[in-house]
Amino acid sequence: MNQAEQLANPMSRDIEPIPTSPAVRFEDSAKVALANTQLRRNMAKVTQTIRVKRQLVVDEMPDWEALRESGRATKERVLRHLNQYLLQFEASVTNAGGHVHWARDAAEANQIITAIVASHGAKEVVKVKSLTTDEIGLNEALAHAGVAAIETDLAELIIQLAGERSSHILVPAIHKNRSEIRDLFKKKLGVAELTDDPKALAAAARTHLRKKFLSVPVAVSGVNFGVADSGAVCIVESEGNGRMCLTLPKVLISVMGLEKLIPTWQDFEVFLQLLPRSSTAERMNPYNSLWTGVTPGDGPQEFHVVLLDNGRTKVLADKIGRHALNCIRCSACLNVCPIYERTGGHAYNSVYPGPIGAILTPMLAGVENAPSLPYASSLCGACYDVCPVKINIPEILVHLRGEVVRHKQDAEGRGWPDPEAVAMKFLAGVFANSRRFERAQKIGRMGQRFFMKGDVIESLPGPFGGWTTMRDVFPVAPQTFREWWRTRS
Amino acid sequence: MRVSLFITCFNDTLFPNTGKAVVRLLERLGHTVDFPIDQTCCGQMHYNTGYQREAIPVIRHFLKVFQNSEVVVSPSASCVGMVREMYPHAAELAGDEDLAAAVKTVSAKVFELSEFLVKKLGVDDVGAYYPHRVTYHPTCHSLRAIRVGDAPLRLLKKVRGIDLVELPRAEECCGFGGTFAVKNADTSMAMLGDKIRCVLDTKAEYCASADNSCLMHIGGALHRQRAGVGTIHLAEILASTEDDQERGLLR
Repeated sequence: MNQAEQLANPMSRDIEPIPTSPAVRFEDSAKVALANTQLRRNMAKVTQTIRVKRQLVVDEMPDWEALRESGRATKERVLRHLNQYLLQFEASVTNAGGHVHWARDAAEANQIITAIVASHGAKEVVKVKSLTTDEIGLNEALAHAGVAAIETDLAELIIQLAGERSSHILVPAIHKNRSEIRDLFKKKLGVAELTDDPKALAAAARTHLRKKFLSVPVAVSGVNFGVADSGAVCIVESEGNGRMCLTLPKVLISVMGLEKLIPTWQDFEVFLQLLPRSSTAERMNPYNSLWTGVTPGDGPQEFHVVLLDNGRTKVLADKIGRHALNCIRCSACLNVCPIYERTGGHAYNSVYPGPIGAILTPMLAGVENAPSLPYASSLCGACYDVCPVKINIPEILVHLRGEVVRHKQDAEGRGWPDPEAVAMKFLAGVFANSRRFERAQKIGRMGQRFFMKGDVIESLPGPFGGWTTMRDVFPVAPQTFREWWRTRS
Repeated sequence: MRVSLFITCFNDTLFPNTGKAVVRLLERLGHTVDFPIDQTCCGQMHYNTGYQREAIPVIRHFLKVFQNSEVVVSPSASCVGMVREMYPHAAELAGDEDLAAAVKTVSAKVFELSEFLVKKLGVDDVGAYYPHRVTYHPTCHSLRAIRVGDAPLRLLKKVRGIDLVELPRAEECCGFGGTFAVKNADTSMAMLGDKIRCVLDTKAEYCASADNSCLMHIGGALHRQRAGVGTIHLAEILASTEDDQERGLLR
């Protein structure tokens, strides 16, 4: 999709899951989203509601800060010794009767999964909602191989039927209201009579999905946690569709990012307190499915884990950025983010939206392919405060901005220098020397009279025009502070 | 105590009254204020926009100017946050151990005004008088970077004559974010619009804050709307006294 098409169809499933070129900037997509009144209303309502609820269930925990610290420390220990934990996990899964596959990138992962599905002659797979499979574009790869991937999470099913992409890590159809969903179900599920009552909508989806759960031979899931010492795998969900997928089909394929490991069973103690409260503002979510390998006569009789790198080892090599791999995909940072609240998820042009997406996407894709995302933040720090594994998102954003600029500067020499870079370089020289700084103040004071209207500036040219669209500018004072200070002594 | 004032480039140039208020306030509390005249900027704009190599000479300059100060006080939570949070990273980026050592020594003695008064000096009643309806916007960096907590509100609550009214959704960002307001002007405006509505809902005469950068953002929109609501830095409220009222100096 080119830039114009993407801006015109910001929710399209044809948009790349992780950008491979810098074609569409956040600020341009945001502008489209900001004008969508339905989206603005839905987003404001949902994010503000969940923010309050989350705070309530977090405040009732006397040891919340200790839990966060423990979650952070555990995740970082895993990352420090990732090589060992991965091999331990592989051995544990294999011992328990599972198969482990290593995938360097999306293409390799898709190839592995498609081959397993083909070996069973399956034409359909049922899916548990999974960001990791979205990241690798699995549904599209399966479709290419003639296999239909059926999403079974209600919201995921809605956007799949609508041909749209997720706009929230946890609540993919957050941008849609119930009358839109009714119209969609009537059209796509062949339901003749349907009201927009949420119960009726859920019932229509259930009827459609039940048939699939009972007939489709292969299921695909992501992984919330993989336990290194036992090979146990955990899926955390709310609707029970996951439980169906994980128990009914004969074959189960779980796609797992390298960083999803925890060392031991006991570590669940920490993460199953942190995750539900941070994500759905529940003390405990309704379904936690855990399984270890295969059990004869019970559940899937063939179990595969696909361990996915797809840029993660590159993130791991970044001393500051690597903390992003602590992420347990709770979405608390999205819900609290004042930018995400207003633009929604599609503006980020990535399967990972919001503050975590603004750091993870550029690192997975390479900053040169998503250079606008580290700037999609006012650095207000609300995300860091709510993060259950203490990812210092503002710090990583600033670090990545540095990477963006350094990358741009290193690539220079081809074409004209960037005007922003020239201005910044000049200003740095001004700010590093008090005489030059004072001279600049005086020049500013002289120059501004061409723009002054009364006691303020109402309009500025060029890149500053964005500022004066809505704000007047207060001018350089007739007497600066340092000039006043000199009159005192 | 001998206090070195770090005015910040922003206040020096655009809001000198805030600096004058800090001087007046600290002197009234019995401290000696000095203003190292060579000071310029903390380097935040460059650093946070990604021009980090360019910011390093500015950072070196800051550290040199304040190396001999006993304590440095600044009326900007944001710039203090820059010194505390980002200077160590800058030193690492520069790969300069001497710079890292200087960062450690200097940043330990840099304080934002309200935290200096409440946390360092243990003062919350500074003898101020300000007979206006005021709402307080706690800036992101004061709340979440340097964590001044309720220090500004404790100071404001002790101001005589003030009608202090709570700002709805106070802890939310106003949408300034430095160059964010220019690079992402549309999103910034959407955030600002909501902040302005909250400010106007309080029916306050003034919106106060610990940072003139956020106030320039909020105040710029209030002025554009001819809302008849002003913005004022915390320091200017704290510096005001009943004498000013009699002499007609209070704004």
